[in-house]
Amino acid sequence: MQVTLKIFRYNPEVDKTFHYETYTLEAEETDRILDLLEKVKGYHDGALSFRRSCAHGVCGSDAMRINGRNMLACKALVRDVGNRITVEPLLGLKVVKDLIVDMEPFFDNYKKILPYFINDSPLPADGRERLQSPEQRARFDETTKCILCAACTTSCPSFWASDQYYGPAALVTAHRFIFDSRDEAAAERMHIIAETDGLARCHTAYNCTLACPREIPITKAIGELKMATITGKVE
Amino acid sequence: MANVHQFDVVVVGAGGAGLMAGLYASRTARTAVISKLYPTRSHTGAAQGGISAALGNYEEDKPEWHTYDTVKGSDYLGDQDAIEFMCNEAIDAIIELEHMGLPFDRTPQGRISQRPFGGHTNNVTGKPVRRACHAADRTGHMILQTLYQQCLKNKVTFFDEYQVLDFIAVNGKAAGVVAVELATGELHTFHAKAVIFATGGHGRIFEVTSNAYAYTGDGAAILLRRGIPLEDMEFFQFHPTGIYKLGILITEGVRGEGGVLINGLGERFMPKYAPTVKDLASRDVISRAIYTEIREGRGVNGKNYVWLDVRPESVIKYAAMDGRTNPDGSPYTITAEQVLQKLPDIIDFCRVYLGVDPVTQMMPIQPTAHYTMGGIPTNKFGEVVIDSNNTVFSGLYAAGECACVSVHGANRLGTNSLLDLVVFGKYAGLKAAEYAKHADFEKLPQEPEAEAKSQFEALRNGSDKENAFDISTEMKKVMFEEVGIYRNEQGMKRALEKIAEWKERYTHIRVQDTGRIFNTELLNAWELGNMLDVAEVVAVSALNRQESRGGHSREDFPQRDDANWLKHTLVWKQNGKINIDYKPVTITNYQPKERVY
Ligand SMILES: Cc1cc2nc3c(=O)[nH]c(=O)nc-3n(C[C@H](O)[C@H](O)[C@H](O)COP(=O)(O)OP(=O)(O)OC[C@H]3O[C@@H](n4cnc5c(N)ncnc54)[C@H](O)[C@@H]3O)c2cc1C
Ligand code: SF4
Ligand code: FES
Repeated sequence: MQVTLKIFRYNPEVDKTFHYETYTLEAEETDRILDLLEKVKGYHDGALSFRRSCAHGVCGSDAMRINGRNMLACKALVRDVGNRITVEPLLGLKVVKDLIVDMEPFFDNYKKILPYFINDSPLPADGRERLQSPEQRARFDETTKCILCAACTTSCPSFWASDQYYGPAALVTAHRFIFDSRDEAAAERMHIIAETDGLARCHTAYNCTLACPREIPITKAIGELKMATITGKVE
Repeated sequence: MANVHQFDVVVVGAGGAGLMAGLYASRTARTAVISKLYPTRSHTGAAQGGISAALGNYEEDKPEWHTYDTVKGSDYLGDQDAIEFMCNEAIDAIIELEHMGLPFDRTPQGRISQRPFGGHTNNVTGKPVRRACHAADRTGHMILQTLYQQCLKNKVTFFDEYQVLDFIAVNGKAAGVVAVELATGELHTFHAKAVIFATGGHGRIFEVTSNAYAYTGDGAAILLRRGIPLEDMEFFQFHPTGIYKLGILITEGVRGEGGVLINGLGERFMPKYAPTVKDLASRDVISRAIYTEIREGRGVNGKNYVWLDVRPESVIKYAAMDGRTNPDGSPYTITAEQVLQKLPDIIDFCRVYLGVDPVTQMMPIQPTAHYTMGGIPTNKFGEVVIDSNNTVFSGLYAAGECACVSVHGANRLGTNSLLDLVVFGKYAGLKAAEYAKHADFEKLPQEPEAEAKSQFEALRNGSDKENAFDISTEMKKVMFEEVGIYRNEQGMKRALEKIAEWKERYTHIRVQDTGRIFNTELLNAWELGNMLDVAEVVAVSALNRQESRGGHSREDFPQRDDANWLKHTLVWKQNGKINIDYKPVTITNYQPKERVY
């Protein structure tokens, strides 16, 4: 089948402003949008730039807007999006070139919530693992799936308004640690996310949950964090 | 030389191996970790099934069994001192990961949960043993996240989205690397006392592969061009279960949970090839079995694929036939919910890419190019060794999939790579830092960036007669067909002629993008050059080895030949000429014998 692919283009070394280029390609229903971008790059315009690596939705490189929705180009198939396809960079982060955005503000926010395991208590005397029941482990299972693709954060109106807002992705990571029975820094993290640029800026627009390619119930996780900061209890 | 940075230790690559090296080196030495991808995009994140250690959390297990299984899995080409070292270190390594916060799945007693995996056995009964520690089917993702997080905690210095192009040695010692900053196109020189390569594999030289776009063999190619040999490059693992045509991996964990392989006639065929462990035989054995089924006309609908069946009713049926039991002795069963819970990503891949629901339908699979057993020769401390006497190259280290220790020999066992990363990544980091403490900086050459510059210039100024994408597509196809699961002299000679032709054509490509900012076209073209260099070494080594062993199957030499070939291959490229030499395999406790599963 034939598809038309309309791609946002901007090369700061040449262009004053962005424009769109349209390409007509032969494609299969099961082609990934990433496959089509590769074809355009290989045969139509080598300068087209985008990030990608794993090509099956696990590394988080190629989040972009496809027909107006945030998706991973490697996880969106022609049969899902139709044969008229518009591809644009994520919103809310500065476009560096074509589909590549500046990820630094995103990672900076991630780093603010102490995104690492903290437990300074003595290790088990038998030299083995800390114990955790399957139920305790299940409590934070969903939020361990995050691949830091930024699809959620860049779909959030509050983040568009201010990139100082930590954004859903950082909150997902906060959840992953706060609800881990082995971690000891929940109070510190709760304090951080209770600040103005944290939970308060989430107005449950729900965009993040719809955007997440890992199907993490983000709004629910943020709701649990809000509840925990109100009650002061993590359960 | 505008951008010069100085560090005691520079780590190239931020996957499991690079992060572990960075974490350990940075404790005592000024360390930088350079990566062409954001660290969390590294391919370690794609690893699914598990990481092995004889924890014995469900049933009896011991490091000696793990060692023997790995030796046998390697088809006796692995160095036994290194294997023993890795399997003994495994328990502490996994416990350390848990202490770093890695969210492993848990046993009812709250310990790290383990599942069976191909080739891992109880050495007394010969039956599969639960040795693979897992976090659902995203174990690698959890390792990568955890290690990256620990690096942030310990304030490791990162240069994200910097691609290393060249290695600099002075007076036969490491002196640094040259890299391009992707966002600006500027070249940077990293002046260092010690350099650790942890750049991953090169599976992208094959058409059907589970490997990421980034798997272009950069580290191996850079060092090859700088006169370092590559070891055992003929050994490349084809994983039996990739999604048909796409190559996306379906973890062996599926079979660990009881999944079975079914041919076009609806028969379970593995018992014919591996009567004891059946669907959990070693990967090379299963990939060849699938190919044999297909060749003999028992693929599905005459096509080159077979089924992988993990529907609960099938799992229960075959588990009963095999007499498989739970740890408490009751018959093994599984429910649809358990399949969903244990293999969520696999289910997701099948639904997204195939429109197939594995709980109610079978998955179409074919072998997929998966893992680089060969690579940059090292000893068990991650030190790069450059000849048959294992002479150490001062200040140069390698770890992870780009390295060849060799613990995987001719065939890697599943879950042993993640283990390799954390064990040898750690020791490479420690050793490099220790070396840096006593070494001085070598004086940098006048123009350290000259070679990298001239490679880029060439790609910008070709005649434009040729298209890089065409060359790349042809290479992948020919490598998969002629230097793939089954190999023979004619096919490999054809491939080598082709490689020479592509290399010539490669000099005629011209990158259209003349800019500096994120010139991904230029970098993809440069990576193609690496793949061609690596593909040549793979094909030369494979043609040279006149026997079949592990992942290397010669139709014209179908037997393993210990008398002539129980040795490692070393390949150098000097002034355009290829040289081959060998080094002995280290054998400690296990004399080679026939390998049956
Ligand atoms: C789909 C899949 C599933 C797997 N499942 C398992 C499993 O269950 N168990 C198991 O044990 N093994 C598994 N493996 C194998 C294992 O995951 C890999 O061998 C391992 O993760 C490789 O890790 P690494 O640190 O060597 O490389 P990677 O994690 O790939 O890291 C390479 C790093 O090098 C960087 N790099 C590369 N080139 C350059 C350059 N020129 N300049 C700068 N940086 C560079 C990259 O940016 C990256 O950070 C699996 C592999 C795949 C593909
Ligand atoms: S929560 Fe989902 S959408 Fe957000 S960064 Fe993580 S994986 Fe991406
Ligand atoms: S390329 Fe890795 S998520 Fe799409």
